[in-house]
Amino acid sequence: MSKTPTTNESFIVRACLIATAVAFIGIFVGLPIIIVFMEAFSKGIRAYFSALADDDARAAIRLTLLVSAIAVPCNLVFGLVASWAITKFDFWGKRLLITLIDLPFSVSPVISGLIYVLLFGANSTLSGFLERHNIHIIFAVPGLVLVTIFVTFPFVARELIPLMEEQGTQEEEAAVMLGASGWQVFWKVTLPNIKWGLFYGVLLCNARAMGEFGAVSVVSGHIQGVTTTIPLHVEALYNEYNFVAAFSVASILTLLALFTLVIKRYIEYRFPGEIKALK
Amino acid sequence: MGIQVRNISKKFGDTVVLDNVNLEVQSGELIALLGPSGSGKTTLLRIIAGMETADSGTVLLDGNEALSQKANTRNVGFVFQHYALFKHMSVFENVAFGLRVRKHQRFTEFEIRRKVMKLLKLVHLDNFYNRYPSQLSGGQRQRVALARALAVEPKLLLLDEPFGALDAKVRKELRRWMRRLHDDIHITSIFVTHDQEEAMEVADRVIVMSNGRVEQMGTPGEVYHQPVNSFVYDFLGNYNVFEGWKDDKGNAHLLEYEAEEAENTGPVPDSSKKSWISRYPEITGLIHKILPSVMPNPPSLLPQQSKIPRSPLLGNPVKLFARPHEIFITRVPDEHEYVKAKVLHLNPAGPLVKIEMERLSGEGLTVEVPKGIIDKLLIKRNDEIYVRPKNTRIFDE
Repeated sequence: MSKTPTTNESFIVRACLIATAVAFIGIFVGLPIIIVFMEAFSKGIRAYFSALADDDARAAIRLTLLVSAIAVPCNLVFGLVASWAITKFDFWGKRLLITLIDLPFSVSPVISGLIYVLLFGANSTLSGFLERHNIHIIFAVPGLVLVTIFVTFPFVARELIPLMEEQGTQEEEAAVMLGASGWQVFWKVTLPNIKWGLFYGVLLCNARAMGEFGAVSVVSGHIQGVTTTIPLHVEALYNEYNFVAAFSVASILTLLALFTLVIKRYIEYRFPGEIKALK
Repeated sequence: MGIQVRNISKKFGDTVVLDNVNLEVQSGELIALLGPSGSGKTTLLRIIAGMETADSGTVLLDGNEALSQKANTRNVGFVFQHYALFKHMSVFENVAFGLRVRKHQRFTEFEIRRKVMKLLKLVHLDNFYNRYPSQLSGGQRQRVALARALAVEPKLLLLDEPFGALDAKVRKELRRWMRRLHDDIHITSIFVTHDQEEAMEVADRVIVMSNGRVEQMGTPGEVYHQPVNSFVYDFLGNYNVFEGWKDDKGNAHLLEYEAEEAENTGPVPDSSKKSWISRYPEITGLIHKILPSVMPNPPSLLPQQSKIPRSPLLGNPVKLFARPHEIFITRVPDEHEYVKAKVLHLNPAGPLVKIEMERLSGEGLTVEVPKGIIDKLLIKRNDEIYVRPKNTRIFDE
């Protein structure tokens, strides 16, 4: 950004503005992050690692990894299919589909969880069918996966739609004219053009999938070691006044968030062209 | 490859884009599809390529029905206006793409290398094989696009405004180069353009389109010198329209206008020297009434100069068309029919001086004459001179 005399404020004004911004970020973002780690290590490194090595903690970590390992690929495929359909074809109901993709962002996660309880839980219309076939969704792992998919499905599609819209269909058309089949066009032309945008979307989707609390909390049933994900386990430990363990487990999510931010910044820095369409 | 387009029609919603188009291209020809934007020429090209479907009609490529074939099996090369190069591939890989995706015909890496380098040599880019599209200029990118299209040895080459995104100088160079290239390789080619100069300079034959219809097909000389209607005439160059009439013998005459002198005309005020407000006599009159000291002399509401045709209106009224260089100018009219016009602007850049004039009827007039005539007649701005079209055309429409 170039400084011109018109926008170059006096030193005091600049110093005040910068100080305000730094102080605000420091108090609201920096401090909590530091406190997470301070609390986690307050009884030493051994206490930190023993909290992580606890059976329930390990079960929670495994469950979180499992849920996101299912939800993220599902949303990757769904996001790709939806953005491909929306940007490359014209069809009736396209606007409606774009609006619906954004729905999970505008609905409170707790409500999302509740919708699934009403849909699949006891006394729901589907409950008889599910019971007869011995399928457990609510208060079980499938429910966690379903709500996580629901809450995180906009991430990939929202990254890809503007990117693919900007790129248009000309390169695909050129590939077809050169004799490429549909799959060849996808693998050799479309995917390489969107791969960083896609990666970026998956990254955000994953961070949210692992950190989701509200929706998961409603459908989980909080069965220790069975249906508690990392955020739910943190809450449980905290409610038991086991602060060191709670913050130790929380630090994993914090590290994940920091790691996601670093990768995101790196992609923005390394591939500015592919990310600018998203802004 | 010979192409026959028969009764092709296409609508986008309620808009008719192509209206029963018929045309024929001989094998080895270089054809220009010329027309203004919205004339349907790009849609027609995309239908021939297979990227768009037609509502009705057929396209025959070498006598075989083509519309039922998929675009990727038609063996047609296509060059896009904005190049559409694969951004993530080097120049070499762009050109090699068509060879690599072939299913029925596998090439060894050695064959691909030989073919690609030969093509890059043809488009003078063999030193750029490992560059990426973003590192090339517009003209270079379009040459890569051309090499890429030629790599699969298409029997037909379609180019959609191939020079449209380039600046004027590169455009001229590249189109001459394309003409020479075509003379060497003789691939049947159709290119779309809205630039009549480009079409005239490059093509063997020109197809002029407007509003989804073919207006005229012919060699550049034919369409320029024997345009079939006013649209073609208009589109192929600047022109002037004269009001005229036809007498009983079928001879065309000019209809002349003469300004009727308004009553009580004093010296006509030079409006350019007055302030803008003098153009609104109602306002200045009002100001005068209220504050006589500010505006002592209200400008009179000058009567509009009325247009009175001097020559009698006999026979059928017609419009006479003449190109700017087909107009004779003089200061002293002779026995011919003349129209009086005032010189507004002289543009001496170029081999001919371009004169913008205004006729008494208020209509504009553009004339191009050699510089010698301007010097001899001492023509300058605001002169009133006489003009006569040397060569006029009448279209029955």
